[in-house]
Amino acid sequence: MADRTRVRAGARRPQRYLPLQILLGFLVIYFLVPFWWVIVNSSKDAPGLFGGGNTLWFTDQIDYVGNLRQLFTYDGGIYLRWILNSTLYAVAGGIGATVLAVMAGYGFAKYRFAARRFSFAVVLGALMVPATALVIPTFIMFSRLGLTNTVWAVILPSLLNPFGVYLMHVYARDAVPDELLDAARVDGAGEVRTFLQIALPLMRPAVVTVLLLSAVASWNNYFLPLAMLSDNRLFPVTVGLGLWQGIASANNSGGTSLWSLIILGSLVSVIPLVIAFFSLQRHWRGGLSVGGLR
Amino acid sequence: MTLLTEKRARRRQHETRKIRGKVHLREHLMGWLFVGPFAVVFVAFLIAPLTYALYLSLFQKKLIGGTSFVLFDNYVKAFTDPSFLSGAWFVLRFSLVSIPLQIGIALVLALILDAVTTLFARFSRLMIFLPYAIPTVIGAVMWGFLYSKGFGPLTDIFGLFGATAPDFLGSDLIFYGLLNVVTWQWAGYYMIILYAALQGVDPTLYEAARMDGAGRWQIATRIKIPLIAPALILILVFSLIGTLQFFNEPQILRYLAAGTIGTDFTPNMYAYQQAFSLANFNYGSAISFALGGIVFICVYAFLFFTRKRRSFL
Repeated sequence: MADRTRVRAGARRPQRYLPLQILLGFLVIYFLVPFWWVIVNSSKDAPGLFGGGNTLWFTDQIDYVGNLRQLFTYDGGIYLRWILNSTLYAVAGGIGATVLAVMAGYGFAKYRFAARRFSFAVVLGALMVPATALVIPTFIMFSRLGLTNTVWAVILPSLLNPFGVYLMHVYARDAVPDELLDAARVDGAGEVRTFLQIALPLMRPAVVTVLLLSAVASWNNYFLPLAMLSDNRLFPVTVGLGLWQGIASANNSGGTSLWSLIILGSLVSVIPLVIAFFSLQRHWRGGLSVGGLR
Repeated sequence: MTLLTEKRARRRQHETRKIRGKVHLREHLMGWLFVGPFAVVFVAFLIAPLTYALYLSLFQKKLIGGTSFVLFDNYVKAFTDPSFLSGAWFVLRFSLVSIPLQIGIALVLALILDAVTTLFARFSRLMIFLPYAIPTVIGAVMWGFLYSKGFGPLTDIFGLFGATAPDFLGSDLIFYGLLNVVTWQWAGYYMIILYAALQGVDPTLYEAARMDGAGRWQIATRIKIPLIAPALILILVFSLIGTLQFFNEPQILRYLAAGTIGTDFTPNMYAYQQAFSLANFNYGSAISFALGGIVFICVYAFLFFTRKRRSFL
């Protein structure tokens, strides 16, 4: 509510404050420099990259197409596989974690069940557990079950999202009135239908936020797949590029062509996430405010 | 007569209690039905691994005699191990500098974006947030390029002034090199959370303050910042947890900064090396657990000191 009135007031009389905008301009440049560098340098071939000259500007020869072709054909097209793997892990992990978190958050917020307060306290405590402390024992458990070096080793642990549960709990508590749920029950709707048709639409901003945060967390994950996977055909793009970087650094001269692949590979790998964030930004920003305020 | 009504009343009471009991049972059941699937995952991928790690950390694998129960020997070893101690000391030092820096920048940015409502401000908000959408690994790769002597711009820029470029991958400056990567990556995310919190503040409060003669600066420091204190504390906790587990950035920059970043640079890297390079899962688990203990103590202490300000836990 307050948000809307402010936007309207702002539209009537935009607040300019020129010195603040200049300061903002400098900060924006700082945040964009690495992107600029990557965009410029992925247009170059290896000699252009290492031949000196201005590293923040294009050379005469701009060859995105050739470089892209090289990126997607190198080593039997392994890069495309990494991107597809990342997509699989992000979609499966993101959707799975979101479904679980939305159900659990709603359950914690709207039902008074046995051991509710205790269970919720345990979930909050889990926020403090370093995620990486779980990787080593999970790896051993999975290797006993023969699950290491499979896609399950990456997807299953990423279903765990205690922060998503917390966010959904706060949001469901405030955005879904008990009276409305009771009214639906009086009208004869079952619990599941009440949840799906009444509560879920009201929780949509938080659902989108949790979905986006879980998908990004899976896409960005590095430690877990690094530990779990040994077959490079299962790697997500983060681990794959890390592998290339290790190879390129290890052999200083032989790695030169690999460097341009890493640069372009970094650029290509960030495009899906940037699109996801920008196209969904109206939704996730509304969902983020709940975590911090109430 | 009276006996009959009494009987009837008692029976009715009994029946309502029975119905209420049913309602309760139903509510318990439905509650657990909704929480259940998450609970299964929670037990399988959090409780079980943690318990198992604790168990593993109490054993030692010896060349002769196989694996034996040693109770807390691994922990005694960890807390006297210079590799673990120097790593832990590094992440503590790094947290003390990087967290106030990140959150300070995020706060300043959020306050500016809350006050300035131009198209450029809206554009800036997205651009500053952009690094968060980048995997930390890719962020580290990008900055690794920018730092590098071979194809980074630093050599050129400093060359213009006839100076030698600072080597952010050298042992003297690696602290600042990593500081920059982390700040770049996370400040925008924290900024968005703080900005969202600021947007939720009732604007009539500013009106009232302005009537009382408060300037922009006073409104920011006396009204806005105190009102978003819960959000500030929330992101402080998250950044504390994240920074103490430092792994991705140094692990990636290690390739470029050969000799500067060792395998024991942070406790997490050390645990990874012990477990996956040396197959010493017992000691690796103990290091992870010791690190988890440090995180828990730091976060708990922080939450204790800020208990009046927070409302989220």
